[in-house]
Amino acid sequence: MTPLLELKEIGKYYKTLKALDNVSLQAKGGKIVVLLGVNGAGKSTLMRIIAGLEETDVGCVSLDGQEMNSKDLRKNSTMVFQRTAIFNRSVYDNVAFGLKVRGVDDQKIAQEVPQALRLVGLANFEKRKAKKTSGGEQQRIALARAFLLNPKILLLDEPTANLDPNSSMIIERAIVGRKKDDEIIIMATHNLAQAKRLADEIIHIYNGKIIETSSPDEFFMKPRNEITRKFINGELEY
Amino acid sequence: MFDVIIDAVEKAFQLIFSGDPELLATASRSIYVAGAGTLLACLWSIPIAVLLGLYSFRGKWLIKSLFNAMLGVPTVALGLILVMFLSKSGPAGFFDLLYTINGIVVGQALLVTPIIVSFTSSALAETDVQLRDLARTLGASHLQTNIAVLREAMWATVLSLISAFNRGFGELGIALMVGGNIAYVTRVLTTSISLESAKGDYSFAVALAIILVAIVVSITVLVNLVERLRQ
Repeated sequence: MTPLLELKEIGKYYKTLKALDNVSLQAKGGKIVVLLGVNGAGKSTLMRIIAGLEETDVGCVSLDGQEMNSKDLRKNSTMVFQRTAIFNRSVYDNVAFGLKVRGVDDQKIAQEVPQALRLVGLANFEKRKAKKTSGGEQQRIALARAFLLNPKILLLDEPTANLDPNSSMIIERAIVGRKKDDEIIIMATHNLAQAKRLADEIIHIYNGKIIETSSPDEFFMKPRNEITRKFINGELEY
Repeated sequence: MFDVIIDAVEKAFQLIFSGDPELLATASRSIYVAGAGTLLACLWSIPIAVLLGLYSFRGKWLIKSLFNAMLGVPTVALGLILVMFLSKSGPAGFFDLLYTINGIVVGQALLVTPIIVSFTSSALAETDVQLRDLARTLGASHLQTNIAVLREAMWATVLSLISAFNRGFGELGIALMVGGNIAYVTRVLTTSISLESAKGDYSFAVALAIILVAIVVSITVLVNLVERLRQ
């Protein structure tokens, strides 16, 4: 079944700062939804809410029509962070972590971890110390770890930020290869070229609000919003 | 005076290598009280450290400050309080712990609590905040998340336990006041050194001091070696 994620009138405030203001969106499985916006626009906050790492102050999140609390969202999603978070363990233990805490038996984990690593071009990396691998490899470990959980919602928060072009290309290929009907992929980035390459739908966030939602062609060729036009042309002051 | 020291060191090594039973028993007792005291303290110190290191709540800074302030508590002061508590007429007198080896263990557990709490909570607080989020987004429960983060701060935690052990191993006040320095029962290395030097038997005192220092150094070097090999 194709999952459907719905956010209704989400608001998130940090004291006087409106991080998200009346944000509503829908995302379906089988598509890559890209959140675009300048730094501090609210992309990461939105991702963290969908991941169940932050509570909303206003509004609700539902999956397949069922309203979800943070715990439910954490059960159904996983997130790859912009700055790679890696446990000081072997690559195998890092990738297996999510399955282990979910109580999957060791034999199944032993079969699945090498497969997940192969998908991101890290075959035979199992025994290496994860912290001693390169930045690009660490991000691919994080991706393999997320893939292995087969979440309904896969959240990628600027997964190629600060990586070299080769590592970025490998990660982009893995993401595109991952597209499947039973998984919603939401990726935040401020890399316009990457958004153009990967997105099936682009959501532009500015000052905590969604100001434009469209297909990549429409977004880049015929932006409806003046702020979006300025953002694409690099004229946006922030 | 220099001759006296050389003579004492010479006799000390003779005592050590002859396997003097009293010396070995005292050293073993010291290792037991410091080790058991440290392990006992872990029962409450690690959960407190997790609470202070990983959670935010009102008044946290005050509790942290109190534990930091208690790092330098004089052992005689703590010993005196414990004697008052554990004496027959004291509020904890029914435990019958005064002048027992387990009494010293309890005293040392209290003594090393601020060391474990302060060092471990600081190490946990400095662990990458994102690792907690990562563990949670991978489906870990609160307990599993805390264990994962604690594991990341394992080396710092081990160092805090070593510091706690060394503090207990080398303290005199509690062992003397709570234990009473009873031969073959509550006599440990530090109380024995104090007694022998008061009696003027420097060779035995020096032998004990050499063992005391050697054990502290050996354990610390061994733990460092293990960490090097682990890496």
